[in-house]
Amino acid sequence: MSGGSVMPLLLALGLAPLLLGVIIRTKAVMAGRVGQPLLQPYHDLRKLMMKGAVYSRTTSWVFRAGPVVGLAAVVVAAALVPFGAPALVSFPGDLLLFVYLLALARFFTVIAALDTGSSFEGMGASREVTFSALAEPALLLGLATIARTTGSLSLSAMLPHVTGAVWAHGAPPLALVAIALLVVFLAENGRIPVDDPATHLELTMIHEVMMLDHGGPDLAFILYGAALKLWLFGALLIGLALPLHSGHLWLDAGARALGMLLLAVLTGLVESCMARLRLVAVPKLLVGAGVLSVLALLLVLRSSP
Amino acid sequence: MLLLLLAVGSLVVGGVAALLAQGSPRWSTLLGAGGAVVGCVLGLIPAGGVLLGQPIQSLRVAWDVPYGAFFVQIDPLSAFFLLPIFGLSALAAIYGAEYMLAYRDEKSAGLSWFFFDLLVASMAMVVVARNAVLFLVAWEVMALTSFFLVTFQDEEESVRGAGWTYLVATHLGTACLLTLFILLGRSTGSLDFDRFTTASGVGLLFILSVVGFGSKAGFMPFHVWLPEAHPAAPSHVSAVMSGVMIKMGIYGLVRILTFLGPLPAWAGWLLIGVGVTSGVLGVLFALAQHDLKRLLAYHSVENIGIIALGLGLGLVGLHVGSPSLAVLGFGGGLLHVFNHAVFKGLLFLGAGSVLHATGTRDLEELGGLLKRMPWTGLTFLTGAMAISGLPPLNGFVSEFLLYLGAFGAVASLASDGAVPALVVIAGLALIGGLALACFTKAFGIVFLGEPRGQHGAHAHEAGPLMRISMQTLAAGCLLIGMLSPLVGRALAPLLEQVTRLPSDRVHLELTHAAGPLGWVTVCALGLIALATALTALRRSALSRRPVDQATTWGCGYARPGPRMQYTASSFAQPLIDLFRPLLGTRQTASPPQGLFPQAASFSTDTPDVYRERLYRPVFGGIDRTLSAFRWLQHGRVQLYVLYIGLTLLVLLVWKLGEP
Amino acid sequence: MSGWADTVLICIVLTSFVLLGSSRLGACIRVVALQGVLLGFLTLAGRQDASSLRAPILALVSTGLKGVVFPWLLFRALRDADVRREVEPFVGYSLSLLIGTAFLAGSLWLAGRLPLPNPTMSPLVVPVALFTMLVGLFLIVSRRKALTQVLGYLVLENAIYAFGVGLVEGTPMVVELGVLLDLFVAVFVMGIAVFHINREFDHIDADQLRTLRDWAG
Repeated sequence: MSGGSVMPLLLALGLAPLLLGVIIRTKAVMAGRVGQPLLQPYHDLRKLMMKGAVYSRTTSWVFRAGPVVGLAAVVVAAALVPFGAPALVSFPGDLLLFVYLLALARFFTVIAALDTGSSFEGMGASREVTFSALAEPALLLGLATIARTTGSLSLSAMLPHVTGAVWAHGAPPLALVAIALLVVFLAENGRIPVDDPATHLELTMIHEVMMLDHGGPDLAFILYGAALKLWLFGALLIGLALPLHSGHLWLDAGARALGMLLLAVLTGLVESCMARLRLVAVPKLLVGAGVLSVLALLLVLRSSP
Repeated sequence: MLLLLLAVGSLVVGGVAALLAQGSPRWSTLLGAGGAVVGCVLGLIPAGGVLLGQPIQSLRVAWDVPYGAFFVQIDPLSAFFLLPIFGLSALAAIYGAEYMLAYRDEKSAGLSWFFFDLLVASMAMVVVARNAVLFLVAWEVMALTSFFLVTFQDEEESVRGAGWTYLVATHLGTACLLTLFILLGRSTGSLDFDRFTTASGVGLLFILSVVGFGSKAGFMPFHVWLPEAHPAAPSHVSAVMSGVMIKMGIYGLVRILTFLGPLPAWAGWLLIGVGVTSGVLGVLFALAQHDLKRLLAYHSVENIGIIALGLGLGLVGLHVGSPSLAVLGFGGGLLHVFNHAVFKGLLFLGAGSVLHATGTRDLEELGGLLKRMPWTGLTFLTGAMAISGLPPLNGFVSEFLLYLGAFGAVASLASDGAVPALVVIAGLALIGGLALACFTKAFGIVFLGEPRGQHGAHAHEAGPLMRISMQTLAAGCLLIGMLSPLVGRALAPLLEQVTRLPSDRVHLELTHAAGPLGWVTVCALGLIALATALTALRRSALSRRPVDQATTWGCGYARPGPRMQYTASSFAQPLIDLFRPLLGTRQTASPPQGLFPQAASFSTDTPDVYRERLYRPVFGGIDRTLSAFRWLQHGRVQLYVLYIGLTLLVLLVWKLGEP
Repeated sequence: MSGWADTVLICIVLTSFVLLGSSRLGACIRVVALQGVLLGFLTLAGRQDASSLRAPILALVSTGLKGVVFPWLLFRALRDADVRREVEPFVGYSLSLLIGTAFLAGSLWLAGRLPLPNPTMSPLVVPVALFTMLVGLFLIVSRRKALTQVLGYLVLENAIYAFGVGLVEGTPMVVELGVLLDLFVAVFVMGIAVFHINREFDHIDADQLRTLRDWAG
């Protein structure tokens, strides 16, 4: 069951903001600018921690608890995801705890947004719960497909067992699951085509608008939590897509870190080349991802009765 | 056994005493609530004993009623259902003692305490009865007492309509149950449960029990009475009805499953289908409501759907011969029965507290109550987190068991076990996401932000008795969530009885499930520790910096006001639009007109789709057909006597004319 | 060989899903053309006799017709009719996707029960053909415009072709070419019909054709 290593957690905690930096730098390069330094998100976090805070009179302790519980839940979820080595905590069914810890973080973010009594945050909160309600079946069914292919129920046992042989044996379902997980990755982290992290128009944002009233250390917690969540979903996707297992801790982790950087560059490219979908078209995209997961699972069930 | 009979007796005595003391509100409340609490505490002792391993106790006394006998028995299944009955009723009685004081000038509290105590006593009798006549008598008493409690405020027409719908629905279900028991007892000629045989065909018996017990439990499409009756009743009664009474349907279904032998494959599929429909449609209709208690009532339908999913998974597991799926499916479903009683009771008591303080249940009028009612808000938040299935509370534990079984089936079973599990995973995932949407809406609109109408401005916190019951239930949610590995093991005798698998097999599967649950608790403790550490970090970071208060940023509006906040309808609008074909929401709007619009209005209304499209046309058709015979009822006594005379004459001639 | 056939069949399934969820007529026409081309690949993948030219000729002709000629005819009809290039469905797009998933599960189940001879190419041929047939029927039933009904008919034809390629060996080439000629005439006539319907009624809403009936029922 457990007995994993603490390295995946440390890598996640340390390198998550760098992922954000790579995405922003890629977008800047594609737009013909030089862009901010790669380590800028770290400086931003430090700057925010040193600021004071302003709280609205409308809010209550829920507003102050939101960022804290959100970050704590995402950090505990990070202890469940393997990255080159088994995760710190692993047991059959830990993928469920992972998904529901992220749901806990989302719950508190949404009620903290509603606590401000502002219609903008309410708008973002309403869209956030709609899209994540549709994305969750796609995620869980995709993980169920991987569980069936590898025959185990723990993330640290599932992802390392997706080897080259497994891909060669049943490539189409795994490819479909990878596409579905990519769509979930983009949706849950508020990337184009679901949400635009660069605009600050309240009427068009989802994640960005829910943190409008937070400032100082609270905003630092929220931004760091968002970067961690990006890293975690990326780790799931890279764990599936990169079937490389040499057995050496540093080689595996290093290969995966390289994969994460490539994923960040890919995200930056997607964001530079595509526009955001109309809000009414996003549910169709998420239902499509769910359908891909179901198709993959049906194919796997059919081929191994 | 003696203790249980004492408990029931104490409830009955307390109720009658409250009725007799009707004149004095204080005495009737004291006698009624006191009798209830004493009875419930007494009754918990034998129930807990049997679950912890004591032998089954039974008592059989012959009765004058044909086919009837006073045959009662406490076995693990009965004991498991007795726990929420007595536990939640005791807390609801404590809550109600203070809640009913608000009505003391207009209504007689004694009468309502009489019915309440009888309701609890009859539910306990339903669960321990082992003779069909005794069972049906207790079932009928339960239905009638809850009817009178639902129509407590019968001066309002909506309450009268709700009561009528409830009465009709419960009697239609009872008709199915009568047929079911007669079919079961037909070949042996006895209506005792231990002499039932399944000679008439297992499939028919299963369908009859799903319809009969399902209408009490609230399976779709038999649920139409639930959203009418539960909001109409006083809040502590709603808590008992939603938390415990609908579970009597689940108890009946599981009890019938222990009589029937191996079931065909479609039985599991039927329950899974019913579960997905009730779950998804229940939570969608809940999203579309603006009345807080109606929202909670639809959520009860959704959670009954989750329980049905668990039972269906268990049946599939028994059919394909997978003990782990059977144990986890039944275990998750039955644990959800208990968990739902705890958090749904808590939510209804919280809603009652809100109604008590503000006088309205309409979400569009409420807001900002957390600052004025901190304890109600905190306990309601705990209930909302539990019902959304979030760790570390108890809702997550039962859903985790169901998911674990379903994922295990998908990972290792053949198609006839894996495909139902696929449907269960997709259904649970969608239900979980939508439930989170609905409860962020309910908690956020009612307790957060600013009051949207006049009602919230003078709200006051609930009194001590109401607070104590809510806090106990909230603590229960947290405790069950954190102590989950132990709970798993406590389910062992119950699961042995229901699945009829060998005891060591059941223990093995539960031990396999207890490991992950233990890790969940470890992660939960880590979560709490981390949250505390981060709060301390923030406090130390802010200690040397300026911390100010200001108004919420209003994007440059000159006078931002509370009515500019997001309303409940707007919060749920994206989801409702997406599922519009299933919901049938009607909108009435008068949009703003002209350059300087004065007033505009918008309202939505979501009637229950089964009621509008299924029951109303069917009953309307029956009404029209039968009104053709209305000429028979003209009111003249002489003709009625003539009818009787003619019938007697015809019978005499017919019977005596035979050689 | 079976691996390639499997991938082509899964791509055909994906094109059917795109048809169910797409809202633009132009995209739908292109996707149906792609489906025809994929079926051409399937013909090549399933050929038994590597030396005979029958399969490549058939593949070439059918790819040419379905991938080039039919889209050209349909786009011309669309342009001449000058209607709004949006599919107008009775059943919403997300719901169509979900119904498609149910069709897929159903055809996987049914295909296991049909007493058909073992397909030579890949065990997925029969379920995918059945699924495509159901999607074609669904498109005809649930979309309003006459042009989408032509597309549904083409998808149905693709499904039957897939059945044939997967299961039947040894039909004379004349029969196959005859079937393709039949299809060509149908699309040509439909294109003309669409143009005339639009000229007469100023729209191509097949639902409105109900007003032509005689009796006032």
